[in-house]
Amino acid sequence: MRQSVLTRAVIFAIAIIAALIYLVPTFVGSLPSWWTNFLPADRINLGLDLQGGSHLVLGVKVDKAIENNIERVRGDLTNVLREKGVSGVNVERVEGTVLHITVPSTNAERLRGVLKSDFAYLVEAKSPQTSGGTSEFFLTLSKEEMRSLRDYAIDQSLETIRNRIDQFGVSEPIIQREGQENILIQLPGIQDPERAKEIIGKTALLEFKLVDDTANVEDAIKNGPPPGRQVLYGHAGRGEGVGNEKQAYVVESRPLMTGEYIQDARVRPAQQLQGASVELILNAAGARLFEQITAANVKRRLAIVLDNRVYSAPVIQERIGGGRASITGNFDLKEARDLSIVLRAGALPAPVEILEERTVGPSLGSDSIRDGVISFVVGSSLVIVFMIMYYRGAGVIADCALLFHILFLLAILAAFKAVLTLPGIAGIVLIAGMAVDANVLINERIREELRAGRAPRSAIEAGFQHAMPAIIDTNVTTFLSGVILFQFGTGPIKGFAVTLCVGILTTVVTAVYMTRIYYDYRAMTGKLKKISI
Amino acid sequence: MELIKPGTRIPFTRYRYVAVAISSVVNLAVLILLFTKGPLLGVDFAGGTVAQLKFSKPVTIPEIRNALGELGAGDTVIQDFGQQGSNEFLVRLQRTSTQLGELGELIKEKLTKQFGGGGFEIRRIESVGPKVGSELRQKGAWSVIAATIMMGVYIWLRFELRFGLGAVVALIHDVLVTIGALILANYEFDLTIIAALLTVVGFSVNDTVIVCDRVRENMRKIKRESLEGIINTSINETLSRTIITTGTAILVLLALFVLGGGVIRPFAFALLVGFFSGVYSTIFIASPVVLFWEKRPVRKSTSTIGVSAIKK
Repeated sequence: MRQSVLTRAVIFAIAIIAALIYLVPTFVGSLPSWWTNFLPADRINLGLDLQGGSHLVLGVKVDKAIENNIERVRGDLTNVLREKGVSGVNVERVEGTVLHITVPSTNAERLRGVLKSDFAYLVEAKSPQTSGGTSEFFLTLSKEEMRSLRDYAIDQSLETIRNRIDQFGVSEPIIQREGQENILIQLPGIQDPERAKEIIGKTALLEFKLVDDTANVEDAIKNGPPPGRQVLYGHAGRGEGVGNEKQAYVVESRPLMTGEYIQDARVRPAQQLQGASVELILNAAGARLFEQITAANVKRRLAIVLDNRVYSAPVIQERIGGGRASITGNFDLKEARDLSIVLRAGALPAPVEILEERTVGPSLGSDSIRDGVISFVVGSSLVIVFMIMYYRGAGVIADCALLFHILFLLAILAAFKAVLTLPGIAGIVLIAGMAVDANVLINERIREELRAGRAPRSAIEAGFQHAMPAIIDTNVTTFLSGVILFQFGTGPIKGFAVTLCVGILTTVVTAVYMTRIYYDYRAMTGKLKKISI
Repeated sequence: MELIKPGTRIPFTRYRYVAVAISSVVNLAVLILLFTKGPLLGVDFAGGTVAQLKFSKPVTIPEIRNALGELGAGDTVIQDFGQQGSNEFLVRLQRTSTQLGELGELIKEKLTKQFGGGGFEIRRIESVGPKVGSELRQKGAWSVIAATIMMGVYIWLRFELRFGLGAVVALIHDVLVTIGALILANYEFDLTIIAALLTVVGFSVNDTVIVCDRVRENMRKIKRESLEGIINTSINETLSRTIITTGTAILVLLALFVLGGGVIRPFAFALLVGFFSGVYSTIFIASPVVLFWEKRPVRKSTSTIGVSAIKK
């Protein structure tokens, strides 16, 4: 008995010291280096709802990425067939992801050969048909190809968004995949969430397309553009209202070049007659390609298209070497800088949409912390006073257990770098009210045993023993509901579930284990003739 | 100090018919309320946008409505928020931004025109798309149902089937009463409310566990007593524990409700109602269900404790 009480007391003391050490980083601003070298430096992190910041869930429109890919395959297939001299073939994209190929039946075998050797990832969507000397094929991407495209689109989007946020400059952002096709972004302490969202969400697909000056623009708008052409509108500056569609252009649908060759993008400040512009610097391959394109199309207009808006369409005066191009528009300096960030970081493989956004300003966060702390202090004080009034000596013991529980709860949150949210704080407050449950059960039981005529010592023994099953059962049920909550919840709610579950564990330890050490010590020293309960 | 004098014997089970009748009416009323008036859904579940605004000078709701004008985002609901005189308002919009960041910018622009750049602050803005909203709604409802069933199964495994059934019926009662109170008090249902409902489920089952535990113990101890008598004795013996633990929880919840701020208030309210209801339902719902189950016509000789009840 003597040994066991001492051992338990030592274990408990060590636990308290460890808890205090774990809590130091959270409550002390800057730590000396000898501390960070040898002792834990992790602290309780504040959730976005407490420190302010933006929580975004983006949906990646992967179907769009797959359609784009099919469109690319269509181009490749047309080119390869032309190179191999398979004539009379027409390839069109139908129903989103199906390629419809018509070919003279005489060439059908050669087409099959090309498909087998160069386009093994295409599978038949429908069985081919032959009628009147023409064969029709319906092809689509294989399941594996689709899946890998999907994954690629998400991964690439994540990577691009991460790049953009890095360049935008946010400290400790969280960018991760959520579910099948969503991306979760958390930007703590961000000052200008609107601007961040624009930078994150811009597809930034840069294309160079030739303007077809032979086509009649009004006619194309009214009756649809001629084959292989499309109608694009000019870029409206930020100052002008949405919907102010400026000039329309008829351009060739096939881009001559895209933004993948961009090595760098720089802001050029405003000059006399025009606003700020963004200068593109192409890599070596891009520079060669650009030179070829400009050489082949002198005197034609080349539209610089970003996300399907024509920013400018200058006439190519001569072949342009050196790999530099510039995008002009009605930019102010900030807009030009944001544009340069997205161009440097690369295009998103598919458009994204904001499914969920929660932005909290820093002032609300600090108000919430203040309110949370006040209600915690007031609430737990009420409980402490009540317990002393009701149980006297045993109430003091239960209150000590409560304080230790709070200490351990916070220490565990710090040790696991848990994120404290506003509902999380509410959870800590609530648990303070629930923590005394185990002690109430034990104390009520001890009172009963005393009334039944037992001596204090055996009453305590019996009280602990009989209360135990109920304590376990009640805490298991609450814990289970916490686990379900964790499964269900998003950010802030998860914070509540975590404090609830951890809090239940610590209350059981302090209320049962710790108070028992005290009573056993009293029993051991023989002073347990009378107890205050 | 003692709240409940030892030896207290309130014949709770005698009132069970009245209690069950009243509770059935109340629950039915909640169900009717749920399907007619319906819960007020927050943006988490309904989708849409909510912005919390704080003004540096007193303003009125019509002034804000005027300043905002037509936002092109469906109905605009503006309401007071936070403490009296804090000049805080919630603006609810039916729709989310069609384009990135558009709505927040628009609100800012329009308010700046009216109140000047430093006259107000957008403290919080939350937007949830309709798809996410309906997903969350389903997940939330299922998690509450799953938790309730899980509690029943746990008690079934730890005690007996009839206690598990009693607990489930009592929990359904608590959840319904809480939902009804939230609807009547015009609080919005959002994710924190689901958290509150799950906590109510986890906490309110505790009382049932305590009573069951005592019933099991008394079954072994007191052989010559009807089940009704044993349940009554057990409820009385555990009554002070039930009142004290719920009481301490209610103390902290009152602190949260009064001092915890506007975001936490509905959460604290739901827990307060749910915890009160939990005490009531343990005494007046769970126990009668056990008795009714025991006295159901299929089995006959069960008015006294048979072998089956003490097989453990």
